[in-house]
Parts: sequence; C-alpha cells; structure tokens
Amino acid sequence: MTDSIFEILENKKLARDVYCMRLSGDTSQITRPGQFVNIKIDGLFLRRPISVCDAGGNVLTLIYKVVGEGTRRMCEMRKGVKLSLLTGLGNGYDTSKSGDRPLLVGGGVGTPPLYLLAKKLVSEGKRPCAVIGFNTKDEVFLEKELKALGVPLTVACADGSYGEKGFVTDALPGDYTYFYACGPEPMLRALCDAAHTSGQLSFEERMGCGFGACMGCSCKTKYKNKRICKDGPVLEKEEIIW
Amino acid sequence: MVNTKVTLSGLTLDNPVIPASGTFGYGYEFAELYDINILGSFSFKGTTKEGRFGNPSPRIAETPSGMLNAVGLQNPGVEAVISEELPKLKKVFNKKVIANVSGFSPEDYAYTCERLDGEEQVGIIECNISCPNVHGGGMAFGASPEAAAEITRVVKKVTKKPVYMKLSPNVTDIKAVALACEEAGADGLSLINTLLGMRIDIKGRKPLLANRTGGLSGPAVFPVALRMVYDVYEAVKIPVIGMGGIMSAEDIVEMMLAGASACQVGAANLVDPFACKKIIEDLPRVMEKYKIKSLEEIIGGAH
Repeated sequence: MTDSIFEILENKKLARDVYCMRLSGDTSQITRPGQFVNIKIDGLFLRRPISVCDAGGNVLTLIYKVVGEGTRRMCEMRKGVKLSLLTGLGNGYDTSKSGDRPLLVGGGVGTPPLYLLAKKLVSEGKRPCAVIGFNTKDEVFLEKELKALGVPLTVACADGSYGEKGFVTDALPGDYTYFYACGPEPMLRALCDAAHTSGQLSFEERMGCGFGACMGCSCKTKYKNKRICKDGPVLEKEEIIW
Repeated sequence: MVNTKVTLSGLTLDNPVIPASGTFGYGYEFAELYDINILGSFSFKGTTKEGRFGNPSPRIAETPSGMLNAVGLQNPGVEAVISEELPKLKKVFNKKVIANVSGFSPEDYAYTCERLDGEEQVGIIECNISCPNVHGGGMAFGASPEAAAEITRVVKKVTKKPVYMKLSPNVTDIKAVALACEEAGADGLSLINTLLGMRIDIKGRKPLLANRTGGLSGPAVFPVALRMVYDVYEAVKIPVIGMGGIMSAEDIVEMMLAGASACQVGAANLVDPFACKKIIEDLPRVMEKYKIKSLEEIIGGAH
C-alpha cells in the first residue's frame, strides 16, 4: 500500500448515475485485479473506497456510481484536480485457479473490476467469457470495452429493455471452468447456488480505514474472521457464510 | 534542539505521540509502511478474556468532521494476543506498549490484566471502562465513580505495572469518576473514549449502524476532549493521557497545555496511515515556532 497523489485526466458520465474517472499517478502498487483504492475527498472525513477498473502505465481508471455524498462530490470533479489515493488495497482475484475458460459475472457497478481481470486472464492465454447484469438499458456500461478484449459477453437486463431479459443467473453459459464475480450480495448468493464450479466473489462493506487497522468491515467466514478491506474484498465460494 | 521526551509513571517516551487503541491493530499493518519505533508508544487493540467477533455490519458511518464506529471490541482474546500477536509485534516494535484491556465483569478485567502482567513488553495497562459499543460491560463501569473505582482496585491487585483507567465522556461529571479512580489507586488516566452518537439513513428510515449507536471520534470531538482533559487535570494529581480528535502537532501542544502528559492519536490513523509519523516529524517545527524547549514544561500550561 502507498499514499500518493493522482491527477484527474478525465471524468465523464458513462450511464445513469455511473461515471468514469481516469487519473494519472503511480499505479505500481496495484498488483492484482479486484483491488481497490481509497480516495480522500476534501471536506469529508473518511476516504471513499472504489474498485480498480483498469491500471497500468501510470493511468488508473475508476468507474463509480453516485450513491452518496462522497461519490456525488467525485462526479463534480474536473480535469486537473489532484487527489490523495491509498493504492494497492485488498487481496484481489487469484487468476491461478481459473482453468482455461473462466466465467466472469458482474452486477451493476460491480462490473468494473472484471475489466482488469478479463485483461489479465486474456494475457495469460485463457478464454474468459462474461455475463453482466443491470436493471435497465440506461444503466448498461463496459459492454463495448469487454467485447474489445475478445471476451464473449452476454448482457442481461432485469426489465428486458436490452440484451437478455432477467438476472445474470438466467443467462449463465453451460460450459466454464471457474467463476469470478462482483455485484450486489443477493446476486452473489444466487450465483453461488447456480454455479457448478468453485469461484471467487468480491464483497462490499462500509469501511473505516481500508487497510486492516480498524476492524470496521469484518465478516465471519467458515475458517476465521476476515476483514473485507485487507483479507478481502475477494472471498472464495467455499468459505462464505451467507 | 527541542526536547520531545515525556514521562508516564516512570516510563520515558521519546515523544508524546501514541496511536490510540482500536486504530492501530497490533501494529504490523503500519510497520509495513514506516518504522513504528519512532512512536512514543502505542496502545494495542482492546483485548478481552475471550475472543470476540464484535457487532454486526455496518459498523462505520461518516459524520461531519469525524466518524462513528461500533466495532464492539473485536479481538482474538488474551491468550491468542499473548501467544500470537505479541511475538509478532515484538519483531516490529522494540519499545514498551500500552495494553488496552476491556471486560464484562470485575473478574474479566482481573483475569486479562493478570495474564498481561507477565508480558515484558507491556509498559502500562490501560483499562477501558468506557467502550460505548458493547452491552453489559464496557461503558457501564465508567459511568459511575463506584464501579470505576471497583475495577481500578481489582486490577491494581493483580498487576505491578502502572494502571491507567480510560474514561468515558458520556457522563455527567467526569471529574468525579477520575477522582474515584485516583483514590482507588490508578496510576494515571486516559481520556476521552468516544462520544455516543447515531446517524439515520433517511431513505431506509433506520439507523445507519447495525448496532444503532456508535462512538463518535475525529476532529469533531477535539474541543470536548480538550475541555475534559483540562477539568480532570485540575481535579487529580496522577498523569493524564489526552486523546480525542488529535490530527496535528499543534493539537498535541494544545492538548498538553490543557494538562495531558502524553497524547493518543486515533481516528487520524484511519484516514492517513502516516498521521502519527507526520505529527512526530512536525513536532520540533511547531515547538520552535511557539518557543517550546521541552514538551514536559508545557503540561497544564494553560491553567
């Protein structure tokens, strides 16, 4: 982990309430897909944890949804604004277990970390496929970008306004070797019930520090207590207590 | 050259900066970031007789200039602390630590303190009688002078180490509790613990924290903490460790002028993991600016 200054290169709207912020700064501490950064926002006491969508060449891409005061302030930030970021937080996804044809499943604003994951899997010579789900057409994002990586992709919308009608669990392919997921907890739980392989799931929790000091985001697992920020956010299917 | 050394019950600290319990774990997350031997000391995560998971989530909420927490004393229990955490800590920290202890009965406190009495690295035992986030213990002992005195007495019986009682601000008269602890034999006092507070999710119409209430910390509480340290300093003769919302070297000086012999830094560590390091490095500059040669000579200087 390190604390460093990033400068906003671009901050634009992608979909309903969803924004993409690109920043320049030292990304060397981001070593795995599924990690997150913790952003200091002027006037707010606690930092805001946001998952890494893409990182490399000292450019960091974050895709975030406006859900409260912190993200509302973020979406108003302009190019050139400098921010203090803690980077290299969280365990991230372990791609060594993926097998040849891993399945990536994203729900809403849980989709962004799957982009860097897909990139890594492709670079390792694997053939990932993806299913991403949204409530409605206006909320869909990252479709083109994931397809551009050569990843076969299904988009599901709960209201049927775009792609397949239904939830991600209604659109799962039959053939995959492992799964990686990020999204709302009901989706993750339904996916664990539906999936026929082992997998890794990324969880969200309200955090104090983001680096394991305060025990603010602890959860129980089958083996031991874990901190979502430090021992997670990625947990294995077999250890989760729903 | 300025002198940042301070003394707590015979224990000399290189500087008065002590990370507060619950914001620094058992040290090693921070030891990965900087050499934590620059700290005066540190107060490790509140330890109880048995291991505890703590409260359900969410445990953290934002407030204006601060935060609420309702962690609820998550810790692995005193045996695991002695067998696993302290040996690891010894590798990254070669000074004396402050052992923060909590309990649900006088017997709990006595048991945990007796176990920690045998640990050479423990320089001071800090008894938390003020945790607002657990039920049937914690703050209940800090809420009345009689109960606070009782815990002080049972702990003093089982340890030769200096005993500091950590007081709650959630009382009508903190001076009465402080005096009761002093009369019962406490070697010092730590104050303040967090202030009991709440946030409500307007959309969901429910408290934000699963525990409903939590402890408020951060700069929002600094003036309250300062006032209580000021009052308690006048009431007792034993040393006071001041804490509550300290964010800067200036805050340390202010807290010491109020009467603190040393200071703990809590919530600041969570938003800036380098907060204590920055404060320690900035102290000489601030001392020179205000013409302070030795920090010890300003303790209680505002009275």
